[in-house]
Amino acid sequence: MSRLVRTSEGRSRLHTLPSIVAGALLLLGLGAASQLPAATVTLLNVSYDPTRELYEDYNKAFAAYWKAKTGDTVIVNQSHGGSATQARSVIDGLEADVVTLALAYDIDALATQGGLIPANWQERLPDNSTPYTSTIVFLVRKGNPKHIRDWSDLVRPGVSVITPNPKTSGGARWNYLAAWAWALKQPGGNDATAQAFVKELYHHVPVLDSGARGSTMTFVQRGIGDVLLAWENEALLAEKELGPSKFDIVAPSLSIVAEPPVSIVDRYVDQHGTRKVAEAYLKYLYSPEGQEIAAKHFYRPRDPPVAARYAKQFTHIPRLVTIDAVFGGWTKAQATHFADHGTFDKIYGQ
Amino acid sequence: MLTDELPSRARRILPGFGLSLGYTVVYLSLLVLIPLSAVFLRSLGLGWGHLWHAVAAPRVIASLRLSFGASLIAALLNAVFGLLLAWVLVRYRFPFRRIIDALLDLPFALPTAVAGIALTALYAPNGWLGGFLEPLGIDVAFTRLGIVVALIFIGLPFVVRTVQPVLEDLDQELEQAAATLGASERQIFARVILPALWPATLTGFALAFARAVGEYGSVIFIAGNMPMKSEIAPLLIVTRLEQYDYAGATAIAVVMLVLSFVLMLAINALQHWSLARHGGR
Amino acid sequence: MADAEISGLADAGACLSVTDVACAHHPSRRRRLSRLVLIALALLFFGLFLLLPLLAIFAQALSKGVSAYLDALIDPMAWAAIKLTLLIASIAVPLNLVFGATAAWAIAKFEFRGKSVLITLIDLPFAVSPVIAGLAFILIFGAQGGLGAYLRLHHIRVIFAVPGMVLATLFVTFPFIARELIPLMQAQGKDDEETALSLGASGWQIFWRVTLPNIRFGLLYGVLICNARAMGEFGAVSVVSGHIRGLTNTMPLHVEILFSEYNYAAAFAVASLLALLALATLAGKSFLEWRQPQLRQARREPS
Repeated sequence: MSRLVRTSEGRSRLHTLPSIVAGALLLLGLGAASQLPAATVTLLNVSYDPTRELYEDYNKAFAAYWKAKTGDTVIVNQSHGGSATQARSVIDGLEADVVTLALAYDIDALATQGGLIPANWQERLPDNSTPYTSTIVFLVRKGNPKHIRDWSDLVRPGVSVITPNPKTSGGARWNYLAAWAWALKQPGGNDATAQAFVKELYHHVPVLDSGARGSTMTFVQRGIGDVLLAWENEALLAEKELGPSKFDIVAPSLSIVAEPPVSIVDRYVDQHGTRKVAEAYLKYLYSPEGQEIAAKHFYRPRDPPVAARYAKQFTHIPRLVTIDAVFGGWTKAQATHFADHGTFDKIYGQ
Repeated sequence: MLTDELPSRARRILPGFGLSLGYTVVYLSLLVLIPLSAVFLRSLGLGWGHLWHAVAAPRVIASLRLSFGASLIAALLNAVFGLLLAWVLVRYRFPFRRIIDALLDLPFALPTAVAGIALTALYAPNGWLGGFLEPLGIDVAFTRLGIVVALIFIGLPFVVRTVQPVLEDLDQELEQAAATLGASERQIFARVILPALWPATLTGFALAFARAVGEYGSVIFIAGNMPMKSEIAPLLIVTRLEQYDYAGATAIAVVMLVLSFVLMLAINALQHWSLARHGGR
Repeated sequence: MADAEISGLADAGACLSVTDVACAHHPSRRRRLSRLVLIALALLFFGLFLLLPLLAIFAQALSKGVSAYLDALIDPMAWAAIKLTLLIASIAVPLNLVFGATAAWAIAKFEFRGKSVLITLIDLPFAVSPVIAGLAFILIFGAQGGLGAYLRLHHIRVIFAVPGMVLATLFVTFPFIARELIPLMQAQGKDDEETALSLGASGWQIFWRVTLPNIRFGLLYGVLICNARAMGEFGAVSVVSGHIRGLTNTMPLHVEILFSEYNYAAAFAVASLLALLALATLAGKSFLEWRQPQLRQARREPS
């Protein structure tokens, strides 16, 4: 009976549940209302893994430029991850306004598999829609204790190599092809010897992260591996962030010109009504200011005066090859090496 | 329960049975049963051959062994130290006892990712503990040892919390009687106390084990994530997902689900046993 | 017990409760030593595995100074993550609250066949790795999934958007409130409700005026831990989110991003907010347990 008596006092407690519900609705309303003020444009830039710092700065610059030019506020949202994974996400429904990925094949997939962009997307912007380039270098521990000078050193006994998963990462595929290209260009080199070399190389890889940044973290933060195969921009950034007293950069004798292209995603910009801004966003990458920002983040700019000014910070690689010359372009390279049952599957035997 | 003996008409005098049971079942189905069956159905759609192939790969087996093995070790350690902690908290008085008791639930309340980065910071070579252990040759961060440490953290409260109420309820007359009969402290503990605590300890151990097996957020930061060596099964599922290999991801998920369900049924049986033995007082 | 018997017991080393008067007067040195050793061992384990990580969070967060700490928190991305976390929790917790109360009502106040099966099913999410929960929703709502084509056609975004994250959070926090309320309501029995019924109250009146006040502490307790888990969920949400900074990153996901961008101090700054939330949850839990000691009995089962 005592409990029944308590109910009269319990009446004041009746407000507990309604107030919880009211509080929840209030939070809901706040959350919804705070989404965006009117007269603002939002873009989603789906990018590959290492470009986080680059686009953080670039987005601020572009917003300032666009505001000065048109008075509109631009908010650019970023998503980063392995290039192939990102492309697949866009095809699967991640509504990107622009994609800035690691290699042309991943953007091609948006056309061929997703029907999201036209087949001639790469001709729409200068330099094959690639406003900046990079290359592949080696990052080693300070003092280079294992004396790693070139690709041949990577397969020496006891050398541990870090490189990401070519199935998900763009940088990983550039790494793979650079290694293959080097082996091809050796005296007596052909596809068979190249495959043997790359196979041996992957025997020295203890872990495959899903993206270039993940591999950098494994090498730099977790202290795993003797050498990191990295985008030049990623290696230089690691050096800068963690101090040149920790790492050295080694230039291999041969490397590949890595071209990470950009494109708007036609289906989504038309759906969102953001085509004009998206096109301007990408074009601004080619402007002097855009090129300057890229160079500051260790990407090799296309613009000659900017390139000249920043030439010293980049690694000198004796021989640079291109994917078109050595592999006949990305479509062929992807089919041969990275598609199901390609050379990577044969080598890694997952 | 006494009410079991009442005629069924009398059992349902309160209103709202149909509505509440209906809502419960519908909500449960929509949110839990249908998604889980989607996993099973997808894997069955692969066919037994592919399913076996996906699961029997060495990398998958290694990750499952690691997940279950590390969880077992962590749960065992938590059982031992959880028992100790429960004992000390219930039977002894010392400063800050109440605060420590309250803090013990921290692994329940703290987000797994936060625990993950905190443990990584602690045990990394330049961390408070890592800097101390590394010169001794003990590498914790990015090794299997780190995984066990993370799993100890998240399983810590389970045994303590299942043993504490039992210990609090324990009738000390039994111990005092044993003492008057001449039993030594050790004998009293082994013959009187431990058997009474055994079901609760086992339950806590099984709960800690089950939680540790599926743990993701607190482990991936401190683990090396090296295939065949320090890659846990949930991470392998995510890796397969990132490659859009739904088949592979689903296959591993199904194996984990089946093993976890078996574990859960065992836990439920244990709890019934524990309550039957000790609870109805 | 007579004094002689008590001291006899104490000499035999059988003084087991510190509140036993004999203990205070006749503690044997050996027992005092073993007690100290046990306490020290327990505290060492506690300190090493629980206290140190907690302290490390705050130490790392403040490692670059207080102003850097505050900067990390008012950063727009961090702020967006905080708002998203609150939004998801404010949807997930009430929904699971309604479910928990409804399920507890059905289970505690009625007899029916299959009750134990139902309880076991409610516990299912505990046995499922969060990553698998995320996978399950991708299989249903993803573009390749059963509903994929339909959702694309109608421009409904579930995966890579907030609804998917809400679903994943709902799954993971599903049992918490039900598990608190079911044993509590079972222990409280049906007498009050049946009395109210005999006095002419309707179903809703019985629930609001009789049941709810009785379970209010258990309810708050369940809401507290459900909320802590909802805000802290990582694995399930990570799998379905698409990682769009500023849009589909919750606080735990944001912590991961900061951590992987060499920004350790900022990562720990956001993490410290979550840690403070955890501590507040623990304080709330302790308070509620003090007010309703019955809740401690529910500890026989996991929270």
